[in-house]
Order: sequence, then structure tokens, then C-alpha cells
Amino acid sequence: MKKIIYIPVFLMLLLSWGCNDDEFLNRPPTNILTEEQVWGDEGQVLSLLGNLYNRYYDIGSVKDWGSLSGFNEAFWSNAGSYGDFQNSGWANSSWSTWDYGYIREINLFIQKCTAAEKLAPAVRDRFLAEAKFLRASYYFELVKRMGGVPLILEPMTYDFSGDPTYLQHPRAKESEVYDFIIKEAEEIKANLPANAGEKSRATQGAALAMQVRAALYAGSIAKYGVNTPQVALPGGEAGIPATLATGYYTKALSAAKEIISGSAGAYALYTKKPDLSENFSSIFYDKANNPEVIFAEDFKLQSGKVHGFTISNQPRYGAEEEEGGRINPSLNLVEAFEKLDNTFAPIPATTAAGAPIYYNEQTDIFAGRDARLAGTVMLPGTTFKGRTVDIWAGYQLANGTIVSGDDRGAQKTLPGKTVPEQVVGFDGPIDGFEFTAQSGFYLRKYLDPVVGSGQRGVQSEVWFVRYRYAEVLLNAAEAAFELGQTANAATYMNQVRARAGLVNPLSVSQITFDRIVHERRVELAFEGHYLYDMKRWRIAHLIMDGNAISADDLSKDLGKATKRNTQPWALWSYKIYQPGSANNGKWIYKPVKLSRVTGADRFQLGNYYSAIGDDIINNNPKIIRNPNH
Amino acid sequence: MKIRFHFIPLIALAALFASCGKDNYTEPKSTLSGQIVYNGEPIGVEYNQVRLQLWQPGFGKLAAIDANVDQDGSYSAILFNGNYKMVVPKGRGPFRTLEKDATAKDTLFVKLEGNQTVDVEVLPYYMIRTPQFNGGESKVSVALKLEKIIKDLNAKDVERVTLYVNKTEFVSRSTNIATAEIPGGEIKDLNAISLIATVPALVPTQNYVFARVGVKIKDVEDMVFSSVQKVQL
Repeated sequence: MKKIIYIPVFLMLLLSWGCNDDEFLNRPPTNILTEEQVWGDEGQVLSLLGNLYNRYYDIGSVKDWGSLSGFNEAFWSNAGSYGDFQNSGWANSSWSTWDYGYIREINLFIQKCTAAEKLAPAVRDRFLAEAKFLRASYYFELVKRMGGVPLILEPMTYDFSGDPTYLQHPRAKESEVYDFIIKEAEEIKANLPANAGEKSRATQGAALAMQVRAALYAGSIAKYGVNTPQVALPGGEAGIPATLATGYYTKALSAAKEIISGSAGAYALYTKKPDLSENFSSIFYDKANNPEVIFAEDFKLQSGKVHGFTISNQPRYGAEEEEGGRINPSLNLVEAFEKLDNTFAPIPATTAAGAPIYYNEQTDIFAGRDARLAGTVMLPGTTFKGRTVDIWAGYQLANGTIVSGDDRGAQKTLPGKTVPEQVVGFDGPIDGFEFTAQSGFYLRKYLDPVVGSGQRGVQSEVWFVRYRYAEVLLNAAEAAFELGQTANAATYMNQVRARAGLVNPLSVSQITFDRIVHERRVELAFEGHYLYDMKRWRIAHLIMDGNAISADDLSKDLGKATKRNTQPWALWSYKIYQPGSANNGKWIYKPVKLSRVTGADRFQLGNYYSAIGDDIINNNPKIIRNPNH
Repeated sequence: MKIRFHFIPLIALAALFASCGKDNYTEPKSTLSGQIVYNGEPIGVEYNQVRLQLWQPGFGKLAAIDANVDQDGSYSAILFNGNYKMVVPKGRGPFRTLEKDATAKDTLFVKLEGNQTVDVEVLPYYMIRTPQFNGGESKVSVALKLEKIIKDLNAKDVERVTLYVNKTEFVSRSTNIATAEIPGGEIKDLNAISLIATVPALVPTQNYVFARVGVKIKDVEDMVFSSVQKVQL
């Protein structure tokens, strides 16, 4: 029997003997494109560029639900995330990034694209401008997190001589990196289309918006850096001299004016829908002729590029998967939304004397507030995908006892009744029960109202907005304010506020630093601005000072830039069960500190600039450490 | 009886893991410990906030070994024998480090052979002297003196003095049940500072608390603390 094996062996030998043709082995590969093939074809170059676009760095994105909602603007109703509310801050290495591989590939792209003779000059210039936009964007991300970094603008090659010192470059000054970004944006914009309809590729609007933001950041670091002299390096790698502030603010304002004038395309605030809250949340999912969005990361159903943000954060009750409800905006953030008369007030749960206030409808307590509140936060009693979210913590009896359950929609028999009934919402809140609205709120921003968006097999194609017109207006307002043009600042800011239903304009004297800080916090909540804003104003260590928040502290100093925000608080609603009383069936609210929140965050001075890894410093001893590390 | 079969892979697995007892290196055994001191007196800090860095040169790539400083100013690290450089990261701690000479600067050179105690002598901005804690009727009070140590160009003002009270021995800015503070501007006499904190009802009840006083110094991140004291209510 064993001999049978010889037959195929002989056959194979025979076959290979017959292969005496050199050309047989010399075939063009079918899975690799050569340099000439790539750089001769527009479509190939575009797909190469697409790869670079996909590697764009965001501090937070809809691709990672937790990344957008840190810093106690929300509680995370996710069993694996409670630790973030039990520690006391962040490691020095938090948020650090050092992807010079990405920069090298962009540099290679620029080098090869410049030499690509076969491309039409106009096309080639646009590709080059886009690559430079991406490179400047990443340098912007680097400088925001790490301070000044080596500016590498050419692909470097090692000569295998054993001495790599010529590849080691010291850190540039922080101001030099910002100067580079501003200059680059200025230079590339002529080669980019002025087309407000193009959202996912770089446009003139995107370059200008980046320029505005970069100049504003640099200006504020220069101006407010004096408040934290310890957060600077003598060589300027971290920190910007105060004398440069005015120059940066001027550049920010002039670039913002260019966008506002319409020369880069017809951008405007999104005002398509009559309901102002719905209008606000639509900015983030309406992808048809959205005039507000300047630059976004786009997604597409059934293309492979989709994200699960809605799956992670959809209301748990009636969710399309057995999960959701992770981001629970905190009461701290909810209280930051003003009343329509431009004043700040806590959410009125009790009277001044401490007696509870009874509400007929669950949503009444939030009435008369900034429309962005309901557009950003899913309030109890409001709807998503046609279903009312079922958020209520239990019944309160006449003697003040609470009847509640420890499971979603748990049932108990109320006193005087014989049949058990539901005593807690199907969306919670239940302390320590993941995916329920533990803070009393769900997130609405970015949630996709399309059926199927909460299914793992479908997911969502809601885009992630990186630059939008309202931010440009707020940037312009801030730059104008810092330059002493307070009247202009009021004009810009009031446009954004009017869209949110705050139709009484702020007067010129009402525009203060606190107002600007506050406006950005509520308009741009969960969009990845909060950390960078706190950092550049050098107020992060004051907002997160490591002290716990007491119930009294919570509602004090609303609207103050440095209001403490170290722990997320919750607001739970209860139904009154007092048959025969006028209050029966009404709602009361109670601020609650969740049992999972035990730590209080402290932003250390060493967190202003992320630590540069020891491996990086070992490879390049010219890199100096960031302050306080 | 069917269930029995599940044990077989489990036992096999257990046997496999039991045999994984060998490593290439023996673990480090020498303990380096000590305290942050001023003239021999320990300086209290917040736990997990101030750290020392230990660098061991001579093995190519460098990375610091962090040694956290405890509430009472003590630190410890279990290390291999060898030569270490010990530093306080720049800007950390409620004190200034002492420069020995121009070349060594504030680095401490430690030659570790077996267990060793090395105290780190520093120059604090302020020292808390004779804190007297008293408790009763759900109140904790303290009277203390502050001694300004650095009086030259590098002197800094007091931002605030705070009394922290907690149920357990860990008392800090983030873990406390009651605080009382006085801003630096309102302190008239550094030798007569007193604070009273009201302790809320404790669940489960306990008739004692732990208290300590912290001093925040302007433009200095870490606070200097007194030792933790158990106070009867």
C-alpha cells in the first residue's frame, strides 16, 4: 500500500523538470502596484491620499464612545469604566501621541507627488495641498498634546553608517509649530477648492478653519500662559511668550472673517428645522446640504466604514441591541445651559427653602432653557426614534419613603394596592446598573435616528464633525474679545446663541472671559474641545482641583469659567404616590451623587503637556522632557 | 458521572501552570526606603501625588523607576543591587531640592547593596508646627503654627490652609468627608491659625475620625501636610 505515495511524487518531479522557462517565474505581481503605476494615475493617488485621510488623529471621535465624553461632563454607565470616577486624575502620559511614521508617509507622498509628471498640474496641486493639510493637522494635534515637537518636513533616510545622530532633531518651539500650521494653511488654501459642499476632503474652508483655531490656541497659550509659569520650558518648547498673543489673535480673527465673508464657500449656521433642539441635533446627522459643517470624517452604510456610536449610547429601553446608554451627561453639564433670559440658574429641584417642587410633566423642570440642552442631552420624558425614554428612579410616598427596584422596569406592590406594578424606569436610573441612565440623562448628540443604526450588523453613518461654522464664529468672538473689539465679539457670539433660542442678544458689556468659556462648553460639548480649551486657557487645574463636589458647590457659580468640575452628579426623578393628594402623579427631582463616583479628578500641572516616552528620548537624546515630568 | 470529564482538562491545565515556576532571573530583593525630610523631620504630602524617580545607568536605554511618596513622606522601592541616581521630578513636591554642587545638582547617588535607608533632605517652603487637633460634638478643630522656611527670593505666599477630615487614615484633597479652609490672605498671624470643620453624620457610625492640615502654597502644585491624627468625636 505504501507504494501508492510514489506516484504523485514522480508526477511532481516530472512536472518541475518541465519548468525550465525563466519567464515562468518572472511575472508582474498582481497584489502590488509599482511606483509608476501609482503616480501615473489620478485614482490611485487619490486612494493613497484616502489612506492618509483615514489616519487623521482626533482626541475624541464617534469611533470610540468614551473618547468624547471625559472630564466629568458625563458619567459612564458601563461596568468597565467606573474606575475612571474612582481615581484622582490622569497619568502624565495621557493623550500623548508621537506618530512620526504617519508624518514620514505624508512627507513621502508630498515628495513623490511633487515629482509626478503624469498628473495634471491642477490635480497634482490639489493633492499636494491636501497632504499638507493633513500634515499640518497632525502637527496641530501634536502641539496641542505635546507642545513643540521636531518639525520634520522631508522624508528622512538612514544610511546604515551606524551613526544615527544626523536623524535626531531637537524639539521646535511651541510657537514655531503653531507658526508652521498657520503659514501652511495660508499657502495651501489657493490650491484647495472653495466648495462648501465638499465635507470629507480638505477645502479652503477647512484650511482656514484650521488656521483660525491654531492661531486662537497659540494666542490664548501666549496670553494665559503667564498664569502658570511652571508650565513652560526655558527654551520655548512648551509655552509661548506673552508678547506674541496679539499677533496670533489678529491672525485668528482675519482668517475667521475670511470664512464668515463667504469667500471660501457659502457656510452658514444650520437652521433648517423649526424645533430648535431638533435643529441643533440635526447638525450632526443631516448630511444633505448641511451648510454648517466645514470638515468631517464621513461614514457610509454598507461600505465597511461605519461606526457603532449609536449602539453604545442608544437608550437601553427598546434598544436595537442588548446594550446602549453608556454616556450619561452629568448634572454639572446640564446646569451649565442657561435660561432663555441669559441668566444662569440651577435646575430647580427645590425651592429656596428646600421644599421639593412638583412638576406635572417630567420635562417641565427643563422648560425655558437654551435649546441646545435638549439637542445635546436626552432629557427624561423626551423621545428617541419615536419612543419616550423611560427614565425615573421610583415612587415617593407621602411619608417620604422611596419605592424602587433594582432591575430595569422592576415591579412592586404599592401600599394600598394588590397588584404589582412598575416602580422604576426601563431606562433606570439604577445606581451601579450599567447601560441605564445612571445620571438621569442619555446623550443625544451624534445619535443616529435612522432605524438600524443601533444594530451591530448595520451600525451608523453619522459623520464626525471636525470643523463647523458655529465654532468659527465662537473663535472669531474670542479673538475679537481678546483684541478689545468687544462689540464684534458680541455680534459673532449672538448669532450662535440666537440659533439656540437665546434671542435676547448679549450686550457688549456682558461679553466676558467667563461668557466665552461658557459658550464654548455648551455649544461644543462632546466634540473634543473641552480638554484643549481648558488647557489653552490654563484653567484645567482650577476646574479639576482634586476637591470633591458637595451638593452646595454644585449649583454655585454657574457660568464661571473656573467652576469646579471634578465629579459627575446625577439628577433623578421620582413619581409622587399620594392618592388623594393634589401632588399625586406629579414629578419631583433630586440631585444624587452616584455610589460609583468616589474619586475627584485633579488635573496636574504635568498634564498640560503629555509626557514624551522614555523610548523616544532614548532614541533621540536631543528631545527634552515636558515640564513637571 | 458525565460531569467528571470536565475535571480532566482542568487538572491537566492546573498541572501545566504548576510547572511554570521557573524564570530566567531572580526577583529583586533589596529594599531602598527612606523619607523626605527637612532637618530630619519628615514632610507630609498627599499619597500617590509626589514621586521620586530612580534611574539606573549602564544598561543602554533609560527609563525611570517611580517610587511614590506616602502620606508620611516615606517611600520605598524593591530593586536589584546597583548604582542608582535618585531625583525628584522637576516642579514636584511642596519643597525645593538642595543642590550639592554644580555637576551633581540635586541628584542623589545611591549605591545599593542589600536593604538600605536613604532620607532625602529638602528645603520646604513652609513647615506645619505643633498642630493640635481636638474633636467633639461632631466638630474637629485644629490650631497650628506655620513656619516660613524659605525667606529669600524664592519665597512663596500661602494660598490657603485647609483642614481635611476623613473616616479612614487616608486623608487628602480628594478623599475626605469634611473640610474647612482659610485663604492665605486672611491669615494675619502665621503662629495662630485655627480651623473648625463640621463632620457630617457617618454611616456606619464611628466615634472617631482622622484629620490632617494641608497648606497650599502659591504656584506650587503639591501641598504640604501635617501628620494624620486620629480624633475622637
